[in-house]
Amino acid sequence: MSLSPTGALRHSGSLFAMALDVVRTIFRRPFQAREFIQQAWFIASVTILPTALVSIPFGAVIALQIGSLTRQLGAQSFAGAASVLAVLREASPIVTALLIAGAGGTAICADLGARKIREEIDAMQVLGIDPIHRLVVPRVLASMLVAVLLNGLVSVVGVAGGYFFNVVLQNGTPGAYLASFTTLAQLSDLWAAEIKAMVFGAIAAIVASYKGLTAKGGPKGVGDAVNQSVVITFMLLFVTNFVMTAVYFQVVPQRG
Amino acid sequence: MDRMGVEICVEGLTKSFGHQVIWQDVSLTMPAGEVSVMLGPSGTGKSVFLKTLVGLLKPERGSITIQGRDITKLRERDLYEVRKLFGVLFQDGALFGSMNLYDNIAFPLREHTRKSESEIRRIVLEKMDMVGLIGSEDKLPGEISGGMRKRAGLARALVLDPEIILFDEPDSGLDPVRVAYLNQLIVDLNAQIDATFLIVTHDIASARQVPDNIGLLFRRELVMFGPREQLLTSEEPVVRQFLNGRMQGPIGMAEEKDAAQVEQELAQLADPAPDQELTPRLLPGPGITRPPRWQAIADREAALHRKEVADA
Repeated sequence: MSLSPTGALRHSGSLFAMALDVVRTIFRRPFQAREFIQQAWFIASVTILPTALVSIPFGAVIALQIGSLTRQLGAQSFAGAASVLAVLREASPIVTALLIAGAGGTAICADLGARKIREEIDAMQVLGIDPIHRLVVPRVLASMLVAVLLNGLVSVVGVAGGYFFNVVLQNGTPGAYLASFTTLAQLSDLWAAEIKAMVFGAIAAIVASYKGLTAKGGPKGVGDAVNQSVVITFMLLFVTNFVMTAVYFQVVPQRG
Repeated sequence: MDRMGVEICVEGLTKSFGHQVIWQDVSLTMPAGEVSVMLGPSGTGKSVFLKTLVGLLKPERGSITIQGRDITKLRERDLYEVRKLFGVLFQDGALFGSMNLYDNIAFPLREHTRKSESEIRRIVLEKMDMVGLIGSEDKLPGEISGGMRKRAGLARALVLDPEIILFDEPDSGLDPVRVAYLNQLIVDLNAQIDATFLIVTHDIASARQVPDNIGLLFRRELVMFGPREQLLTSEEPVVRQFLNGRMQGPIGMAEEKDAAQVEQELAQLADPAPDQELTPRLLPGPGITRPPRWQAIADREAALHRKEVADA
């Protein structure tokens, strides 16, 4: 990757142009249903287990932090409310983003990059088939779908983990914990988290596809492309997360 | 034959990556239905030339006219249409790694036509028979040899009955016997389907036997493009050096040499004359019915050969 400012601008421009191409091509018939299902299954299969395993300690850490904080403040009855809020609003989209980018995005990037350097992509274009339509769009849609589902999984596992650590290990009160669930959190938090996850899934897949399709320089080029795609995706995801959170607080009135 | 291939007319084509000019002002016409070979030392942009022809790379200047349309000016959507005229054999076959050979070869038919699965099967097996791959339908590209991958790539390139077939170094990575078979296959194919062929290579033996026309890229320019006889008997130092595979001449190991050294080397060459005779041309195999064009070539070759025998 070149460090010159024009190089960076050019890459951002091409990335954005490809994102537009993807949006435009999503509606072109025929829809590649087979590729979409295969990719959704594939991305799900590489992300489900790590996601579950990451979200248990993540929920636990939040529960521990909030548990000790609420005890110091003497607000134990709010432990459940706060941990649900933290898991639902921030932890689950972020964990989803990390895993979609780290496990799903890298797999997409490596796959497309290997095809690129083997000239499969060129061959496809010469055979009159648009790789954006045939390969990228199904991957982007699959990644969005899986991100939404993963976000649900992380929320459930995270909250369950929080419950276990707070109630069972820190001797919290189960009734109070459960009863306070809805004091701060509301349904729109869940929707916002799902929308976030969907956008993160799209960004991860588009960046991974872009980096894969522009890989060059043999096997090392593919390795570099995978590396860069993770770094770029993470940067974009955290910025997007900040912007979306800020907009959410402006648009949706908060409880309490 | 109801089809005669199409003519490719290239004019003033220039391609560079950043500040580095790959080649400039390349002009040539590949006549319809004929076999042309583009030669050149490694790294002179032969593959880039091929990719420019199919519109995968955009040239800085110049035009490529095929059936009255300029490839370099087409929009992406029209380009995908024009590309259906092309069949391209990439260096390693460029097969789709996740599909077996049968699905690879059937892929263009399934994507672009509404043929029934039984008709697809008939066409695919016919093309696989043409390249001698019957019995390997279920193999994955990773499980077969480089030569088989090339032949499978060729079958896939042929499946939509292209008017133009481009070969990117068909002989790289193959042993001499397989190269000979592949050359015979190319000549047979040309007699059977009459498409326009362009072969990019640096294998001199193939270049001497197979084509109607030869072109040579060197020093960022097209040094010469013309009928085979013209180049094989050319006195141009670069052409002679390359076609004879010698060290003495303008082409150096890393890049070009300086003029004085070239003069000296050429003077040292004791007798530059003996490698002048024309290599006999490779003709379609006995089982192939020859169209008029190939019959004329065969007659000319026979006459030439008789004369040589009489002279001796």
